[in-house]
Amino acid sequence: MLTFLSRRLLASIIVLLLASYLVYILSANAGDPLDALRTSTAKNKEQLIAQRIQQLGLDIPTPLRYFLWLGGILKVFVGHFTLGQTISGTNVTTAVGSAAIVTIQLIVASVALAIVFGVLIGITTALRQYSGYDYTVTFLAFLFFSLPSFFIAVVLKAYVGITFNNYLADPHVAWWAYVFIPLVIGGAAAGVAGGTRRFRFMTFAIATVATLAVVVFIAATDWFVTPTLGAADIVIVAIVAVALALLVTVLTTGTRNRKALYTALTTVAVGLVLYFPFMAISEHLQLWSVALLGLLAIAVGLVIGYLFGGHDRSQSMRNGAIVAFLTGLVIVIDRFMQSWHVYVTEVVNGRPIATVGSATPDLNSLTSSFWIHGLDTYTHLLLPTISLCLISIAGYSRYMRANLLDVMNSDYIRTARAKGLNQRTVVMRHAFRNSLIPLTTIVAFDLGALLGGAVITENVFAWSGMGRLFTDALRDVDVNSLMGYFVVAGISVVVFNLLADVAYSALDPRIRIAA
Amino acid sequence: MSQLPPIEPDLNEAAAGAAAPDTIAATDQQSNFELKEVEGLSQGRIVWRRFLRHRGAMISAVILLIVVVAAFSSEGIDALGVKIPGWWPYNYTQLTTMHGGGQPTWQHPFGEDSLGRDMFAIVMRGCQQSLMIVFIVGVISLVIGVIIGAASGFFRGWVDTILMRFTDIVLIIPLIVLTATLGRRYGASGSLVLAVVLGLASWTALARLVRGDFLSLREREFVDAARVAGAGPWRIMMVHILPNAIGVIIVNTTLLMSATILTESAVSFLGFGVQAPDVSLGSVIGQYQTAFQTRPWLFFWPAAFIVIISLTINFIGDGLRDAFDPRQKRALNKAARKAAAAAREKARTEASGASQPA
Repeated sequence: MLTFLSRRLLASIIVLLLASYLVYILSANAGDPLDALRTSTAKNKEQLIAQRIQQLGLDIPTPLRYFLWLGGILKVFVGHFTLGQTISGTNVTTAVGSAAIVTIQLIVASVALAIVFGVLIGITTALRQYSGYDYTVTFLAFLFFSLPSFFIAVVLKAYVGITFNNYLADPHVAWWAYVFIPLVIGGAAAGVAGGTRRFRFMTFAIATVATLAVVVFIAATDWFVTPTLGAADIVIVAIVAVALALLVTVLTTGTRNRKALYTALTTVAVGLVLYFPFMAISEHLQLWSVALLGLLAIAVGLVIGYLFGGHDRSQSMRNGAIVAFLTGLVIVIDRFMQSWHVYVTEVVNGRPIATVGSATPDLNSLTSSFWIHGLDTYTHLLLPTISLCLISIAGYSRYMRANLLDVMNSDYIRTARAKGLNQRTVVMRHAFRNSLIPLTTIVAFDLGALLGGAVITENVFAWSGMGRLFTDALRDVDVNSLMGYFVVAGISVVVFNLLADVAYSALDPRIRIAA
Repeated sequence: MSQLPPIEPDLNEAAAGAAAPDTIAATDQQSNFELKEVEGLSQGRIVWRRFLRHRGAMISAVILLIVVVAAFSSEGIDALGVKIPGWWPYNYTQLTTMHGGGQPTWQHPFGEDSLGRDMFAIVMRGCQQSLMIVFIVGVISLVIGVIIGAASGFFRGWVDTILMRFTDIVLIIPLIVLTATLGRRYGASGSLVLAVVLGLASWTALARLVRGDFLSLREREFVDAARVAGAGPWRIMMVHILPNAIGVIIVNTTLLMSATILTESAVSFLGFGVQAPDVSLGSVIGQYQTAFQTRPWLFFWPAAFIVIISLTINFIGDGLRDAFDPRQKRALNKAARKAAAAAREKARTEASGASQPA
């Protein structure tokens, strides 16, 4: 393993060096960095040009200038690490640093959501292979593959963002929302449920009516304007938490396992008891304290599971932990919603869904509330995240579907069925977990690539992340910035490829890395 | 369960009363029907017939053909000094009188842009450019990818090491960076040059796949046989291995082409691709992305054509993949499928009847 890693690293470093040389030459030849100055009307034009030539070393031929740049990196060993200066004279290192933080902010949520939904859709389509649901999802996946990302981004920006903001200004639910949303959700539920015609019809009817009830409720209470019922929120929190607890139990152990079921329900009960104390102290919380409370909740869930025990103690504990986390999440979301009205009216003047930038300017001077800041981040993240997600979901779900179908045809699944295990255990324990292994590779590749910036999405939504850094640098022929960008993007590709290999061999003992 | 191969006893055995649940026989049963259907046909013919039966791929092929014909006939051809006028009265650079806000009218079915140019002409010209770029990128990637992949997979050793490290070097540079950087430099020299440089950047994935295929194929007996018969490396690669790898190559080139239309339009959208006065579908969208609240037709027509082209190529690639996949069973024609299903049904009833205690 160690030999493998060191060999791969060495090879990667050489590849990186050669690739960086290539990028340097290409970007230096992409245009003229003095273009802007040459056409300027400044009186001291000659002087400015001479100054920039001096500053960027433009009088040195490009193939040699690269080594000057490389020297700056190699100085890391003597403590003078530098990536050179940008065209406007600031340090590349600082520019790249702040851009990287913005990009990480942008992609973490979208990758996480894409994995969750991609896996969910992949599993359901694989289990209902060749059904109407499968064909519909397949077609949609192809469609999203074929949609240019800038098209999705621009449409989201202009329609979803602006339409939703307009809706908030004049909360009136159109008639078609009452018809289409329930029908679509009911149809999807029936497709996922499968089974006999009668069963599917029942699922369709129940899901449609339930969704219709939710839509009517939202319309009646203007939910999106004030998404809270005050203290009565606890009723909604309770309903959602119990539903989640049941869902988790059904999926992991089945309701036959009473101990696991009781663990889940007790955990929800404890969460609900702590609801009001949490709301009382919530105004003083910050990110770290909320995270700490989350860990605490998981610990409580584990303890409850441990106390209930049962013939499979670890199962109850796991169940408790998952349910505790979800209950906590529901409560935290509810707390965010309580701040929503304040945020909409006092911070953003009634137009909460942001289409530009990564944060409301000067928010720090307005408030230091964690909840308001959190909401601000979400509203700015929403549209870029959706546009990044949709394409990844299409890819992941197809991939997951193929994996699961592959696994379901394997001999150990036949063995599991022959042992008399039920469908849930076969799918969730044997097939699902193994079908996730190949997905790690794809996700690692994607993360590596995305750290290089979601170039299009960042441009459309005006996030000043890595992608923006790259396009700006390319437009101005700012070679040093572009190289700074490439260093981060290239290294992240290399590192995540390496991680993918290591993870694959760690997860699947059949794969052994050849040294 | 539905994806498991049907576990049914063979028809003949069941009829004879021997109801031993032989799982292998069932697959034989189905492949008998398939075999009867493809008897006496070459591999190429079989693949071609399977492809023709893939409904999604065929519909896509027809739509794509219509788009290609419309794009090239309406605006005419104007490349490499060849000039053939098209049937559409307006040119993509020609200014016409504005009607209202440039809304779509009978005269200008796709509307007009803010300067009064005919949108149909612009979109058709954009289609031409995008299709041409996609085609050229496909051909260049195919040639480079196959040569590099074949050489490194077949010769292994230091040739493989050098070629694959070279592939890594190109691969490690994000595609959009490579294409945008090259596009910034060469985009203004016309879309032909742009297409060539995009092709020089897009072959890496294909090279890796071809290498993998060659690595496994070169160990097969028929290659040994050819070598014993005295065939040189060039002949083995071209005559013996390449035809066996053709499925991977064709399918992935097609998928690469559908990805290329997105890459090209993204690069042009950012302003590093096809430069004005020439247009591609991506550059039109990039130019009008802010205008589309007021004039949606400037945005939706080019976007629709990107989606149509990319989607149809994707479906064709999918159809090709199914056609080349020897495990594919769905390509049986309707009559054969029905016959197979009937046979299975019969076997099932007879088998269950036989398994009942008399």
